[in-house]
Amino acid sequence: MNNHTILEMRSITKEFPGVKALSDVSLEVQAGEIHAICGENGAGKSTLMKVLSGLYPHGDYTGEIFFQGKEVQFKDIRSSEAAGIVIIHQELALIPELSIAENIFLGNEPTRFGVIDWDYVNRTTLELMARVGLSEDPVTKVKDIGVGKQQLVEIAKALNKSVKLLILDEPTAALNESDSQHLLDLMSGLRSKGISCIMISHKLNEIEQIADSITIIRDGKSIETLHVKNDGVDEDRIIRGMVGRSLESRFPEHTPKIGETFFEVRNWTVGHPTVSDRLVCKNASFHVRRGEIVGFAGLMGAGRTELARSVFGRSYGNFKSGQIFINGKEVTLRTVPQAINAGLAYVTEDRKSLGLNLLDDIKSTTVSADLKKITRGLVVDKDEEFRVAEEYRKSLRTKTPSVNEGVAKLSGGNQQKVVLSKWMFTDPELLILDEPTRGIDVGAKYEIYGIIQKLADQGKGVIVISSELPELLGLSDRIYTIFEGAITGEVSRDDANQESLMKLMTASRKSA
Amino acid sequence: MNSLKQIFGGDTRQFGMIFALVALVVFFQWRTGGKTLTSVNMMNLFNGNSYILILAIGMVLVIIAGHIDLSVGSVAAFVGIVVAIAMRDWGIPWYLGALLGLALGALIGAWHGFWVAYVGIPAFIVTLAGMLLFRGANQSVGNSLTVPVPEGFRYLGAGYLPEVGPNTGYNNITLLMGLALVAFVIYSEFRNRRKLAKIHADLPPTWVPVTKVVLLSAVILYATYLFATGRPGTSFPVPGLILGILVIIYAFISNKTILGRHVYAVGGNRHAAELSGVQSKRVNFMVMMNMSILAALAGMIFVGRSTASGPSDGVGWELDAIAAVFIGGAAVTGGVGTVVGSIIGGLVMAVLNNGLQLLGAGADDTQIIKGVVLLVAVAFDVYNKSQGKPSIIGLLTRNFGGGSGGGKTPTPTPQPAPTEQAVGTKEVISHEV
Repeated sequence: MNNHTILEMRSITKEFPGVKALSDVSLEVQAGEIHAICGENGAGKSTLMKVLSGLYPHGDYTGEIFFQGKEVQFKDIRSSEAAGIVIIHQELALIPELSIAENIFLGNEPTRFGVIDWDYVNRTTLELMARVGLSEDPVTKVKDIGVGKQQLVEIAKALNKSVKLLILDEPTAALNESDSQHLLDLMSGLRSKGISCIMISHKLNEIEQIADSITIIRDGKSIETLHVKNDGVDEDRIIRGMVGRSLESRFPEHTPKIGETFFEVRNWTVGHPTVSDRLVCKNASFHVRRGEIVGFAGLMGAGRTELARSVFGRSYGNFKSGQIFINGKEVTLRTVPQAINAGLAYVTEDRKSLGLNLLDDIKSTTVSADLKKITRGLVVDKDEEFRVAEEYRKSLRTKTPSVNEGVAKLSGGNQQKVVLSKWMFTDPELLILDEPTRGIDVGAKYEIYGIIQKLADQGKGVIVISSELPELLGLSDRIYTIFEGAITGEVSRDDANQESLMKLMTASRKSA
Repeated sequence: MNSLKQIFGGDTRQFGMIFALVALVVFFQWRTGGKTLTSVNMMNLFNGNSYILILAIGMVLVIIAGHIDLSVGSVAAFVGIVVAIAMRDWGIPWYLGALLGLALGALIGAWHGFWVAYVGIPAFIVTLAGMLLFRGANQSVGNSLTVPVPEGFRYLGAGYLPEVGPNTGYNNITLLMGLALVAFVIYSEFRNRRKLAKIHADLPPTWVPVTKVVLLSAVILYATYLFATGRPGTSFPVPGLILGILVIIYAFISNKTILGRHVYAVGGNRHAAELSGVQSKRVNFMVMMNMSILAALAGMIFVGRSTASGPSDGVGWELDAIAAVFIGGAAVTGGVGTVVGSIIGGLVMAVLNNGLQLLGAGADDTQIIKGVVLLVAVAFDVYNKSQGKPSIIGLLTRNFGGGSGGGKTPTPTPQPAPTEQAVGTKEVISHEV
């Protein structure tokens, strides 16, 4: 340990009943650097951060933590924050109904004679917001600003606690490209002011761009620490460390077998569910051919999800006008059951709050979108349910001891496989996959891509909505770009690249 | 310990609630010097609690769907007075009176369901309004007076099965029902074993199901003996029979039908359910409507038992029913709970009530003890959940609910749920924070 080391964790071991989550993990972070922690889902990254932030108090784990040269033994989050370590979780811990200023000072309210000193609060909030590049009124409620700005509020809150080491867990997972870039720039800015950062992320391009060093964790062990500049690290190098093997390609080899157009949407216009004169889809037209994977590119809030969900049985927004044709015949899909019967399936971007009943087990989730198929008379056939779920567990290689397990216990990738099997069971003609690999690690992504390609090869149409352009470019046969609810472009696989897509996604242009 | 595990097909702790029930019965049997397990007392227990247990059946579905119904006591009272007056003033026969009551219950339920499901007002508010509204309606219709009901109607709430067939010294129908139940227990155990054999190779050794069947049969036969040998003219009480049939029907609906699945789905995650094609509004409407129908039935049974409908019938029933449901393992946030669990929860309360009365405890002490039991039972469950272990009561009753026998037959799921250790792989520990 030298003078520049701000944090050293030595041989941390943390056991849960029956399993070692961390075994002999070491981590050394230099002062004023951005240190990325990489690893597959379940590798132990989050557990390590919970140890560091005091969520698992001293005594719950073995090993030593040195912070700024002194050994520390945190007993809760408060004590780690007092030392200057602040963690920002992936799921933001802001109170939507409170204002930006109130959130920043929550639990830390300055008082004068027992009364909150609002002058000080507002003044300081303005200063903090300036430091993170946020220009909003301090009294704006947090629910009224976007996710990207909420992330900035979290960072402002950390700055207010005079943070020395900032931990960011998947900071850009929910952000679009420009918000992500802003956040990364902000992190560099903090670095130059001497604030160290630990960043957990699945987005390897961001890590490559910003991190000074990278510690890779695999199966609860620290594998290696790479220095980005000295070691000449690139994405492939990181992936090799994470999975313990090299992934030749991030996308499975695939030769598309594209058939005729069978699904078409014309002039689709949908109003915002609560704001009456706002349109979330404007005159959008698109089509999907059999065996084709169609990508939808657009920035967050561009209307991709809104378009998909309004097509899926009008489950979002106020339908205004537009037509849907399936196999050349016009159909009206007013409700989700009608959409499912017509052969549509929609896998939501928000697995936990819209996609899964977390109280349920794998087998009943698998059959939940098409219970009729396993119902004899009045009775849901549970043997059949078990058999079906087993079949999908095997064919999608879902990692679970049994299909009787609760879905809440699965990792993101395996949860997504269960959601996919639920929709595959409805035997759809068109699958709409909204951010199908969000929060999923590299190895599982590869498997999900394989499943998507297999579905296409069975003659189904697949729409993939994604914020990750490399993913769309690697997977899609054709890509539509969406901007402010309108389709601004249609690009074939061979003509598409990140720059051309980004242009179409940000500047409104007549449909190609 | 291990053998117990094998018999009940799961963790022994899962059986905490049944164990508590048995322990309570044994305790009171001992403390009252044998007055608990007598024909008369058991009949009283069923007669005096069946209406609460019927409410608990409806209430658990409401709570699983993520709502609550505070109006059941008032609805029961309102239906009771309307039916009593209809029979007295219009002279309609008792069975038409009962049908009228059920129809009125359905109408009231549709009213609640409309506001909850289609307008989107929280059930707490809608049924709080209903509680005031129908209590007032009861007193307004009946001028706050007590209205007696005819003999036939009393049969619903206090009747016994008729004596038929040869004079065996027992009530023959009760006897037959007990034997039929035993036969069913044996049959379903056989069927389960055959199914298990089909799916998995590893069957438990033969003595396991045998012991289980013998134990269950012994309990059933003893109960049959108690009910069949009361004083002449008595048998298994009619309200108990109605309750039993309802338990079987509702356990079946909640476990084995699409509608049942949808109730759990809506309570577990309404948005996810809707995006899977569940019509959540319809489901919410149905559970609210069903609750009021059962409240109407409970009200009529109570009126039959007390021979008249009065202005303060059903006061506080909603709380007893809700308590039974939560003792029975349901979650306040919805999505969790079972019909059979709620019945067991209700029975725990009933036995407690009954035993304390036999011991001469006053209403004050009884209430204190019931309050403590509710808190402790739910705290125990919450504690176990927070430890990452599955909810004891929830699991217990899930296993039970699997049986089509309406709870009398614990049916192990194809594979017993693995314990925490077995699933404690790395994946589990940090499912993406």
